Amino acid sequence: MATSTSHAETAAYPAQRVRVRSWRKRLREYDWLLFVVFMAPNLFFLSLFTYWPMVRNVSISLHQTNFLNQGSIYVGLQNFRYIFTNNQFIYVLKNTLYFTVASVSLTLILGLLVALLLNQRLRFRDGARAIVFAPTLLSGAAIGIVWAYMFDPRYGLIAQVLSWVHLPSPNWLNRPEWAMPAIIIVYVWKNLGFSAVIFLAGLQSIPADLYDAAKVDGANAFWRFRSVTVPMLSPISFFLMVTSVLATFQAFDIQRVMTQGGPAFSTTTLIYYVYDQGFGNAFNYGRAAAAAIVLFVIMLFVTVAQVRFTQSQVHYDG
Amino acid sequence: MASLSVQQQRVVGKVFGYLGLALIVLVIGIPMFWMLSGSLKTVREIYTFPPQWVPSNPRWSNYQDAWHAAPFGRFYINSIIITLAGAAFQLFNGILCAYALAFLRFPFKNFFFVLVLAALMIPPEVTILPNFLFMGNTIRNLIGHSWVDTYQGMFLPGAATAFGTFLMRQGFLGLPKDVLDAAKVDGAGHFRTMWDIVLPMGKPIVVTFGLISMVNKWNDFLWPLIVTTTMNMRPITVGITFLFDNEGNNQWGMIMAATTFVVVPLIIVFLFAQRYIIAGLTAGATKG
Repeated sequence: MATSTSHAETAAYPAQRVRVRSWRKRLREYDWLLFVVFMAPNLFFLSLFTYWPMVRNVSISLHQTNFLNQGSIYVGLQNFRYIFTNNQFIYVLKNTLYFTVASVSLTLILGLLVALLLNQRLRFRDGARAIVFAPTLLSGAAIGIVWAYMFDPRYGLIAQVLSWVHLPSPNWLNRPEWAMPAIIIVYVWKNLGFSAVIFLAGLQSIPADLYDAAKVDGANAFWRFRSVTVPMLSPISFFLMVTSVLATFQAFDIQRVMTQGGPAFSTTTLIYYVYDQGFGNAFNYGRAAAAAIVLFVIMLFVTVAQVRFTQSQVHYDG
Repeated sequence: MASLSVQQQRVVGKVFGYLGLALIVLVIGIPMFWMLSGSLKTVREIYTFPPQWVPSNPRWSNYQDAWHAAPFGRFYINSIIITLAGAAFQLFNGILCAYALAFLRFPFKNFFFVLVLAALMIPPEVTILPNFLFMGNTIRNLIGHSWVDTYQGMFLPGAATAFGTFLMRQGFLGLPKDVLDAAKVDGAGHFRTMWDIVLPMGKPIVVTFGLISMVNKWNDFLWPLIVTTTMNMRPITVGITFLFDNEGNNQWGMIMAATTFVVVPLIIVFLFAQRYIIAGLTAGATKG
């Protein structure tokens, strides 16, 4: 406590006694029991099914599980050595990067464009906002099945659209070079609405007088966007970027339904790899756990980098 | 544009605005339309090119075929159980936790807040495997039988909520201070304050989170896929995936009808609650 430095001089003064008493009083005013009781359920489940598994995962990654799952032997870092010297895992990392960068940038850019449009004074824009948002709530498994039907190279809707501009339809889901773009299209279609709605809320919270002031200063539409909209939107863009990146790392259902990670592993992202190694054909818990740890480290790194970057770039005033 | 008058510029802007709006609505809406239209097509109508937009003679029996192709009644029951139980747990845990973080006095409260929020950073990749071993081996060692392929095995790992705690804490902190102070002056304890003031006044945010939670539980996929081993325990999202794996590209009409089964409850929720959900999500994002 800061006051204790001058304790000797002020001990005799009543003011000091009042302070000591108020400190004790504060201790008494804490809601000790109630806080613990109210926090306990949530923290219990978080600890049991989120934090503790993280620790246990490390232990699993250092073991090799018996094929019949009747015991495991300690193998040190062998699982990590295996995945990093294995071309397949490197390929999976590349797929994950491809999927994340493409999906996040497309969702954010298109989401911002849609939000700018929905921010205009147009009729039916509330209805349009609702329709744009709807796919966010739909099941990824169901969405994936519908799009698999649309991507059918011979009878699908996409083939029809392409034929209007005299293009042949690629065999989307059966070609390694086309399967990932197909997955990304579906993912962006599903998640675009979320970033659009969040961007729209951000746009609507920008005070109109900032634009008026810029107008008085003679700024044209582009410059107003550049000097008012962009900086005022940066905290929200940051929020969206972090949540979108984290969400792509967890995207699973669309791949599972549409391509099952194939063809030739071309749509196997890290989460699919973990699933495949742990529960697919392999039942290789050790490797799955090692891959999961690699993913977690990457995620931590990405988040820290983003926070660092933001602290220098994002304008929080306003 | 320089030669156009301000009035003309405005008209051109409007025209482009409406064109853009129409384009977005078409791009987002057509897959939904395609699902419904496909669900009513005969095999012959599906295998024609160029594809038919509206089936000339709607084949309603696709829905009957779908219903009999897999135990959809059972799938619905399973999904409803894990949705309601999961959302109830999340609401209970989230409300108490949010109330404690918003109104109770405790040393180092921010530490506990961060402890809850940090869970958002931990991806399911890291937790699915240990949780599966927990439901299988650990629980079997403890009570004699495993919780793999049970309802509690499906919904308990998702019983806590970091996101909901965050969202509702924000909402509770935004409630008018003077009403809360008045309750304290009247001698209301925390249980009464929560029940008579915070919950009724914070109802919009609580309802929003309840809806989001239900939608998420209904759509949950990876964990139920792993932890169910028999057809009769699968929720509808997993059930339809196996149906699609088996019937795949041969029976699009029936498959589209089955997909409609999954989506209809979500569309109903959406129609009634779309405003609530959007308002809640944006409040969480913009004030956070």
